[in-house]
Amino acid sequence: MDNGQEHTNGIKAPSCDLDPASATVIAEICQRFDNDKHRMLDILRAVQDRYRWIAPATMNKIAEATDLTRIEVEGVASFYSFLSLTPKGRVTIRLCDDIVDRYSDLKGVTAAFEEVLGIKVGETSADGAFSLEVTPCIGMCDQAPAAMINDIVLTGLTPETARSAAEALQSGTAPETLVSDRFNHLSPHERALRQVDNNIRHAGECLLGPVPEDAGLVKALSMTPVQIVNQVEASGLRGCGGAGFTTGRKWRFAASETAEKHFIICNADEGEPGTFKDRVLLTERPHLLIEGMTIAARAVGAKEGILYLRGEYVYLRELIEQVLEDRRSRGLLGSDIMGKKGFTFDIRLQLGAGAYICGEEGALISSCEGLSGEPKTRPPFPVNRGYLGYPTVVNNVETFCHAARILDKGAAWFHDMGTDGSHGTKLFSVSGDCLNPGIYELPYGHTMWELLEIVGGEDATAVQVGGPSGAMIARDSFHRKLTFDDLATGGAIIVFNGERNILEIVEYYMSFFVHESCGYCTPCRVGNVFLQKAIQKFQKGLANPEDIDYLKDLSGTIIETSRCGLGMTSPNPILSTLQNFPLVYSAVVKPSQDGIRATFDIQSAIESARKIAKRRSYIFDRDFSQ
Amino acid sequence: MNDLAPAPHRKARIATASLAGCFGCHMAILDIDERLIDLMKLVDVDRSPLTDKKRFTDRCDIGIIEGGCCNEENVHVLHDFRRNCDVLIALGQCAIMGGLPAMRNAIMHSDAPLRECLDEAYITGKYIRNTTHQVPNDPALPLLLDEVYPCAQVVEIDFQIPGCAPSGDIIFDTLAKLLNGKFRGFEPEMIKFD
Amino acid sequence: MSDNRRESSFVFTIDGVEVKAFSGQTIMEAADEAGVYIPRLCDHEGLRHQGSCRVCTVKAGGRSVAACTQPASPGQSVDNETASLTKMRRDLVEMLFHEGNHLCPICEASGNCELQAMAYRLDMTEATRFPYLEPCRALDASHPDIALDTNRCISCGRCIRASQDVDGKGVFGYVGRGIHRRVAVNGENLADTDAEAADHAMSSEVCPVGCIIRKRVGFVTPIGEREFDKGLIGHEIEEKRK
Repeated sequence: MDNGQEHTNGIKAPSCDLDPASATVIAEICQRFDNDKHRMLDILRAVQDRYRWIAPATMNKIAEATDLTRIEVEGVASFYSFLSLTPKGRVTIRLCDDIVDRYSDLKGVTAAFEEVLGIKVGETSADGAFSLEVTPCIGMCDQAPAAMINDIVLTGLTPETARSAAEALQSGTAPETLVSDRFNHLSPHERALRQVDNNIRHAGECLLGPVPEDAGLVKALSMTPVQIVNQVEASGLRGCGGAGFTTGRKWRFAASETAEKHFIICNADEGEPGTFKDRVLLTERPHLLIEGMTIAARAVGAKEGILYLRGEYVYLRELIEQVLEDRRSRGLLGSDIMGKKGFTFDIRLQLGAGAYICGEEGALISSCEGLSGEPKTRPPFPVNRGYLGYPTVVNNVETFCHAARILDKGAAWFHDMGTDGSHGTKLFSVSGDCLNPGIYELPYGHTMWELLEIVGGEDATAVQVGGPSGAMIARDSFHRKLTFDDLATGGAIIVFNGERNILEIVEYYMSFFVHESCGYCTPCRVGNVFLQKAIQKFQKGLANPEDIDYLKDLSGTIIETSRCGLGMTSPNPILSTLQNFPLVYSAVVKPSQDGIRATFDIQSAIESARKIAKRRSYIFDRDFSQ
Repeated sequence: MNDLAPAPHRKARIATASLAGCFGCHMAILDIDERLIDLMKLVDVDRSPLTDKKRFTDRCDIGIIEGGCCNEENVHVLHDFRRNCDVLIALGQCAIMGGLPAMRNAIMHSDAPLRECLDEAYITGKYIRNTTHQVPNDPALPLLLDEVYPCAQVVEIDFQIPGCAPSGDIIFDTLAKLLNGKFRGFEPEMIKFD
Repeated sequence: MSDNRRESSFVFTIDGVEVKAFSGQTIMEAADEAGVYIPRLCDHEGLRHQGSCRVCTVKAGGRSVAACTQPASPGQSVDNETASLTKMRRDLVEMLFHEGNHLCPICEASGNCELQAMAYRLDMTEATRFPYLEPCRALDASHPDIALDTNRCISCGRCIRASQDVDGKGVFGYVGRGIHRRVAVNGENLADTDAEAADHAMSSEVCPVGCIIRKRVGFVTPIGEREFDKGLIGHEIEEKRK
């Protein structure tokens, strides 16, 4: 009971009374979201943006307005990384701390910010101007190191550019002015492109090549819902977020549920480190995405949709809002879409707030409902009882885009691309040690060797396929194919050359899972901490041969007993490297001497007592003369 | 008595030590009561507070450790036991998980935790009557460790007998079965952590 | 039991024992009625199922599922007390021991503690390989009748559900994420909430460990007469079959 701690330590908790002006502002914010508890994440985001933290008094006020208890509000506020229960600076700088950033001189960039702003990572400046933080992958691995400055993204930083950015901020420059002097005159699309490069290296036939506007939707409207589902199913389209469930079946299940309402949710919460394909689709193909969602709505009979955008992509908010508004004004969203009587569908944008787990279907729905991003108990499945208990289709950005294209070009066209069981094209987000990091749209079925040749990463010694929850493979597996049945990936391909330390990468990925576990179930909450500590033992050269069995054993328990996909895959960095890079582990283990544990360091254990007693040890210090 | 095999041709050698504990586990060994007589037909006791032998006279088959490690001397003794005993048994909760002394671990989270702990215990604590107003620092006092370590974090432990203190029955039962090679774990009803 | 329910009954097996279930029942509900004990910590009679401790993990149709939330299905064969499941459950219980500060010898819940009793049942007696996390957690003694020692909290959330659903109060809730996820109170401290000693959430049966303590009643039951001095956890359910 962390909130009780303040009391017992005698530190006075911040006042529980709000000044009248703030009370009015908070009330207005809640009102803006109809005092609806299901919009809690929006309310808290708005309060965070306005006050730079969620004060206890604020939580009381929000609880009152939304008819919740204070602890329920606090539960949500304390869950998301981008919400804060302590005051943050007017400008919050979040440095992207991914392994790819670390290998692109994140250290130098961090040092530059720390030096200029006079604060360390994790601190807020005394005048309340700046907070400096690190955050896991923000989806910019192709242009690392990157940072979020409030809602602005800076990419391709060097210690020099970081220094000048920090100095400009220090002298009062607004974050958006760092992007352009004329920021306010730019269109949302231009603003996005000034901040982040698309890095489209290879445009394929489906998504990134020429795409006719709303051609799929026109055809869908001439079909019955059943025909639409049939066509998507016949195309062989499978979910592109990583799990690979057959999209047509998902739509069919949801459509067959009799309910008052159905919902379509787009999962644009791509948080898997090394994945940034949806970022590019959201920037370059937003209409195609909305078209796909509209088609899905037609197929399952949904009138409402939600586009869940990860908090890290807040810089795309205006762009998407503009697209939605544009489509509403052109009759492509709203009632009687394209003149089709009775076909009503609209979409709201839901912004996340820094939680990888929200990419999990159930957690995403929880988050949309204004709750902590905790996965839901299955069954029931979302297609049966999802958002607010209604049948809900949750698909990835890329999946919806593909669906729109399939409706236009036909199931056979899509089915003919790729391989048996993995049809169509896939967007690969390639980053790390290669010549051309970026987005590659390729048909399924290429081998890793072929992909590495295309991206200029032939000297790779290891490739992380599918991000940390995927697998790390070695050169002897580069002949394997990028398909659902062989090397499955939601899109992340991270290339590592021979200079990289595998254990360091594994330790980083475990720290990522520790940070991102929701904490609901025991094995994932606690077990991942133990795994991370065990890997650190290997890094320090203090591991025994038996510790290799311990890693496998503990991983097994976590995988078998975890409640959702996060825990079921979090040991993968360890298990896949144990399998594919066994020497990395066996080279550093040492059998223990006489049964004495190397992990126990007597010298560091008595160090503080030496200082307090001002004497050396008669037992463990050999030289008493000093 | 059924657990005790007829005396083998060589008596097993046993050593015991009390580290950071209350000596209660050693007292519990006496709770074996009259069965001690049968036990003593099978074993010789080497280094132990029970014999007052301060050093190993020979390599031992079994070493029994009460208490965890709170100071350097505990570590030294435990190392010595690990090197001189084939099988090492952690007896009781302190040896197994730190026990009462380990209460200090969870409260020591400041920058200078050990100093704070000693200050609280000897100087600033509300109910302290310490006329010297000093933290004891005789050169004969072993240096304290930064925290209290369960035995298994310092050396490899082969068996643990749970309890605070373990009952005479579980101690006798376990030793008897270990001596005749029949130990296959505890009956769940015998396991107690208090 | 309605006729409707009776009609929809079916049979499945747990460790080879035939168990009768009704449509909509979870594996654990059916097992409890049949006198087959499946270990659990976060689940408690009369409270919503949560499925968070995972100690009730069973193998159903080859998949690992939480017995407290997984619906039973006809003809299914469920594994419960296998060596590998017992081992995983022991790992989970050990994780909970190491996550908090569980010093049985000084705890007034000792002997009545479900976490401890589960460790006995699952034979948690080998030298641990897990590190101790030793968190620094506060004691909340603000309330006149109840104290909270969160060092012993295992985040089972039984108090949260009891307070919300039975007492209609909402004294407790979860805050934080990951390893920092904790049960917290609806206010600055417990005295700041509408908690009362008579609440179901504060009753000794709801908190499985020694976190929620009623003042002035500690150590009243002598050793030998405490709940798990009388038998292993789960024996009451298992005795239904004998």
